[in-house]
Amino acid sequence: MLSSLGSAGGKSTKPSFVSYVTPEEIKSEKEHSRKEKHPDLLPGEVVFCSASTVLKYTQDDLSQRGVFGALLCTNFRVSFVSDEAPAEEMGQLFKNKLYGENDIPLSCVDNIYGGYEDKKKLLTGGLMKNKYPSKIIIHCKDLRVFQFSLTFSKEEDAKKIFQGIIHHCLEPKSLRCLFAFSYCENTSYPEMQRKKQTVMFDSVEDWTQDMKRTKGNCRLVSENRSFELSPKLPQFFIVPANVSDEDLTKYQGKGLPMWCWSHHSGCALFKTASLPLLPEDNVPQTHMEKMLTAVAHNHLYSVKTEDLSETLPTVQDIQLSYNKFKQFFLIDNTTEFWMSDMKWFSSLDNCGWLDIIRQCLQKAVEVVECLEKENTNVLIMEEGGSDLCCVVSSLVQLMLDPYYRTLLGFQSLVQKEWVVGGHAFLDRSNHLHLKDKVESQSPVFLLFLECVWQLQQQHGPAFQFSETYLTVLSDSVHVPVFTTFLFNNDSHRDSILKAESPHTQRGPLNCPTVWDWSVQFDCKAQDLFTNPLYAEKPKQDKSVRKSHRPKHLRQLSLPSSAFKTPPKKGFFKDEADSLKKILRVKRISRWMLSPSDSPQTSSSAREFYEAWQAKPLDYHGLLLPCLDGPSIRVWMQRYLRWIHDVQILGGGPVAVLSKVSEILGEVQELQRELDRHGCTLASNHKGARPRAKTAAEIASRSSVRLSSSFPFVTSRNWSFKPAIPTSLLQSLMVTGIAGNLADRADDGDDLQSMV
Amino acid sequence: MEKRGSIDSLGSKESSSRQPSVDSLSSTSTSRSDRSTHAAKTPYAMSSDNVSTSTEFSPELRGRPKAVAKVLRDSNKEEPQLLPKESVQDMAKDVTYICPYIGALRGTLTVTNYRLFFKCMDREPAFVLDLPLGVVSRVEKIGGASSRGEVSYGLVCKDIRNLRFAHKQMEDSLRKSIFEILMKFAFPVSNGLPTFAFEYGQVYPENGWKVYDAQAEYKRQGLPNESWRITKVNDHYELCDTYPSTLVVPVNIPDEELKRVAAFRAKGRIPVLSWIHPESQATVTRCSQPMVGVNGKRSKDDEKYLQAIMDANAQSHKLFIFDARPSVNAAANKMKGGGYESEDAYQNAELVFLDIHNIHVMRESLRKLKEVVYPNIEESHWLSNLESTHWLEHIKLILAGALRIADKVESGKTSVVVHCSDGWDRTAQLTSLAMMMLDGHYRTIRGFQVLLEKEWLSFGHRFQLRIGHGDKNHTDADRSPVFLQFIDCVWQITRQFPAAFEFNEYFLVTILDHLYSCLFGTFMCNSEQQRVKEELPKKTVSLWAYINSQLEEFTNPLYVNYSNHVLFPVVSMRHLELWVGYYIRWNPRMRPQEPVHQRYKELLAKRAELQKRVEKLQRDVTNRSASSERAGSPTRSITPVQTFV
Repeated sequence: MLSSLGSAGGKSTKPSFVSYVTPEEIKSEKEHSRKEKHPDLLPGEVVFCSASTVLKYTQDDLSQRGVFGALLCTNFRVSFVSDEAPAEEMGQLFKNKLYGENDIPLSCVDNIYGGYEDKKKLLTGGLMKNKYPSKIIIHCKDLRVFQFSLTFSKEEDAKKIFQGIIHHCLEPKSLRCLFAFSYCENTSYPEMQRKKQTVMFDSVEDWTQDMKRTKGNCRLVSENRSFELSPKLPQFFIVPANVSDEDLTKYQGKGLPMWCWSHHSGCALFKTASLPLLPEDNVPQTHMEKMLTAVAHNHLYSVKTEDLSETLPTVQDIQLSYNKFKQFFLIDNTTEFWMSDMKWFSSLDNCGWLDIIRQCLQKAVEVVECLEKENTNVLIMEEGGSDLCCVVSSLVQLMLDPYYRTLLGFQSLVQKEWVVGGHAFLDRSNHLHLKDKVESQSPVFLLFLECVWQLQQQHGPAFQFSETYLTVLSDSVHVPVFTTFLFNNDSHRDSILKAESPHTQRGPLNCPTVWDWSVQFDCKAQDLFTNPLYAEKPKQDKSVRKSHRPKHLRQLSLPSSAFKTPPKKGFFKDEADSLKKILRVKRISRWMLSPSDSPQTSSSAREFYEAWQAKPLDYHGLLLPCLDGPSIRVWMQRYLRWIHDVQILGGGPVAVLSKVSEILGEVQELQRELDRHGCTLASNHKGARPRAKTAAEIASRSSVRLSSSFPFVTSRNWSFKPAIPTSLLQSLMVTGIAGNLADRADDGDDLQSMV
Repeated sequence: MEKRGSIDSLGSKESSSRQPSVDSLSSTSTSRSDRSTHAAKTPYAMSSDNVSTSTEFSPELRGRPKAVAKVLRDSNKEEPQLLPKESVQDMAKDVTYICPYIGALRGTLTVTNYRLFFKCMDREPAFVLDLPLGVVSRVEKIGGASSRGEVSYGLVCKDIRNLRFAHKQMEDSLRKSIFEILMKFAFPVSNGLPTFAFEYGQVYPENGWKVYDAQAEYKRQGLPNESWRITKVNDHYELCDTYPSTLVVPVNIPDEELKRVAAFRAKGRIPVLSWIHPESQATVTRCSQPMVGVNGKRSKDDEKYLQAIMDANAQSHKLFIFDARPSVNAAANKMKGGGYESEDAYQNAELVFLDIHNIHVMRESLRKLKEVVYPNIEESHWLSNLESTHWLEHIKLILAGALRIADKVESGKTSVVVHCSDGWDRTAQLTSLAMMMLDGHYRTIRGFQVLLEKEWLSFGHRFQLRIGHGDKNHTDADRSPVFLQFIDCVWQITRQFPAAFEFNEYFLVTILDHLYSCLFGTFMCNSEQQRVKEELPKKTVSLWAYINSQLEEFTNPLYVNYSNHVLFPVVSMRHLELWVGYYIRWNPRMRPQEPVHQRYKELLAKRAELQKRVEKLQRDVTNRSASSERAGSPTRSITPVQTFV
């Protein structure tokens, strides 16, 4: 229904109609048919408490209507089981096997509010022994919002469920309590299966392979196999060839340049946890210089360093900004939503989230420039070396190396840079709600995915994975089942999994990684992870093709003078002596400063972008993002998917994707037919792709029925009525600025012509 | 989408054979062959800041349909290829164009009776700036002669850019500067000259003036029917000189009464039918404001007339009157004799104000927008700056208004009356947008042309005044980007429903470019009456003739014909965005990309190729089974095909 807008012909505005069902009615109606309802529990899942006759508000319409059902809290989730017969699940193409649309994994709970009459109060746990609010509002980390009313439940039940939810969602807990452990004890995953797909970087071979692929020429370190060198370092890693055994043991690995990726020119990207350089203490300084020399020796004796903590926002900045940003999407009611719509752009601007994304991409472009154009080794550093270093190094690799833009390549990249690279997933997401870890909570990984999304938006056909894949990956961080996101680093993972194993003699606990997507989605749903627009690298003629594909792309996207005149970059040249001298004088050469500090560097980055832009775009070559204002956008699918009022029914990107999938399906069908005809030549059957069918299937679901929030919300229970802004801004905005203009008649001659 | 101003021959048979074209938009885009999907044949290169990368594909191809192949080689000329009846008026060497993106460029400037053409040969490839003079809104001399004896000229353009030139002061003071010549031909109306549209004599296969036939369009809607009739009362524009000759009115209101209703409506613009719902018979009717005045005058005829409109729809006993204006402004209009319908006088009618601001506010908003986007985008606070222009807020209000109208008609099965003050600006925006949401026909290329011809041109949107064709009076308060706003709204809907429109972004950009170009007669004059008087259909070419001669360039490959489907766009700011491909197209960094369409076209081509092969194989198989004694593999011809995903 529409509440009449602002100035409806002098009529007083009518309050929007509220349809309540009286609790008495419900109770008598439902009583007889009610029996204890449970969701289908997962292996190892235990119900802690539950309450029946809980009302879950549906936000789909403007009324305060809702559905009655039971609210449960288990060791995995908060779950609402509707009393109504489960809706036809036919539309549920994209069903998550672990949790449904009315389930909230405990780690996915972001904030809980108590609704007291008209007030909304943030709950922090540890309070209120006997009181409970009439309404619980749960904001989830995947941006869903749930509102439950406890007024119709038995007081005893209501109290129990309220306290249960508060306790299990907000109170500090031990890692052992996370659901993953009881889940894994009760399930078994064949390890080999996942091994085949994503490179896990947990073995010497994986690292050797990656170095070979990029033609890197560094030293593989396996001395940390049992974390003898440092618990902060991964089991296996790669350092510049000139790093000595002795260097490895110093400062717990701080200052040690860790190889990330080698450019085809020979130069490489390294990252490190920066050593605190105290003016009175000369020792770490000398060590740092030595390390720098080692990096420089990797290629042409040149190195550039960048301290990311000086030029990028801190993890706390990131957390603060995201906290503001996410509020725009955690919508409790429609009126609030339309109110905020008025100042949408400036609010977005003020929270700074898009700007942080831009800065990270910008930094990555600068590093790319050094590698690609100047062929200089780059060492990026920050305290800890596992937050923004991970963001920047992975972005650099995505931009430079098309392998990482494939689905498996991307997963390998996340393994390499983030999981094995030692990003403190546990602390950054604070799954355990530890009070002393509140400070370290920060969505750094999400920030990285945001940056990837921007790249993907700008260069769709370059990526094998889809927007949906990124969205799902961002959600999966908060599903406490996967080992991928549960630990702070390699040694942490190793020690916990070993300790927690129920059968120590049989080796460590075997938990699934997030890359085993079959844990969450069936094959059909997984098809939505691939991008139908992906332009696979054209296969060359067999005669021309020499080596197989996942090879590092050698073709040059930019003309680099370094190739024509090999000993480039005059200043470091061949003499290591002069290098040392320079380093001693100027401890670390910082070349990248924030744009405000040095307009020169930013204009060089601009030129770099423009030079790249002037070349023909190769989706399998270097990719650079456009960073100008309008190019950095909001990840609509992730952030708007649950908000009913902004769903474009029959529209959105899916309208295009389904069309493309459809034609792709036809192409593949024809291809198969050709192959069938050509079957006389036998074995030429590789063209039979299982994906084609589902792609066509998706398309055949008439795109008219799909909405912009596809595949996350199915529109089955939505009305086809348009959402009309409930509070249009009357003259509010213009009167201030345009003043007399607004009052003027439309036409200059109005006064004369109108009698 | 990429806007290509490629310039080979106009609409000739040769041109459709896809001669290599000039990319005259941005300095870099030609080099990206993968993105240069279509080379559209525009009659002129509207784009500036062009460096045609290949000298071979230079703009000199224009206007020589018969000699394309020859001129292809001939790219070292400094003057443009001329259109039929186009003639060079002046030429100056050593003119400096100060490009905001590249910097100062020295070259030759040519002015014809149609265009400004600047070419700098120093660069490889040559830099070309080519724009129709109709785009120029203002020419100003900036400062006096500098020490070097150079004079600087600034050209403010209607298409969101400014150009700056400098050249040596004429030694011969009697000789007019090229910019004075330019001013003469940029503002022909002010100088007593005809606009170029009256001279341009290109012949196209189709007569674009025949695209819209009011009778045929009403027939398509099922009119006349038992409730609505077509009246001849305005045949000679006597009832209302800003309305078309063909009007659809309720069947039970005789012409005599229409005249009395006209007396009560501003400028005689009585409520007439724009669109009727094929099932519910709910209608969209449009008009101007009632002449209520301070004393609250009433008109029994007008009241009866609106009742008749309501009665024509048996489904609903209500009528919604949408007044596009903010209520304050509507009330203020009473002082000038206008006003709005009081609900006492019009029973069963509900009045809703849509809060859309007037032409002056819109003009100011666009001015601010230009400041924000041209030439460069401020790095910091882009979004806040964008918000401060209010441009998208206005777009949102217009879309929200149209959405409410469409919703009432579709979901409420209720007839609506739409008006603003005069009913030719905001009303045209609202009715045409609502009709586009309701009726899939208007989302096709030809249907959209009909929609423009009908709701905008025939119902008297004052294009001449709002755009100021050939008029040097750039401060004229009648100028306003009302039509641009409408096209922007259309673009926003196409963004939300990328498969629901037969036309593509380039189609919309082309319409806007020729809104200013003065090449075609389509957007000339203020009303149908004037167009008839000026004999535009006889003396000028219609834009649709040009567009329909090369539909492929304007077709959205992703179009799915769901014509029976009503589109309800989301009018939240979350889904509105600035139309980069139009407002920021001059900035080479913001070159828009259209990989999806590109990719889709590739797939279509691939499918066609495969289909052909399969057919061939099947033929081979049949042939072989017919003469099965012969051995031979039908697969010989198969070469490995690139596969996807």
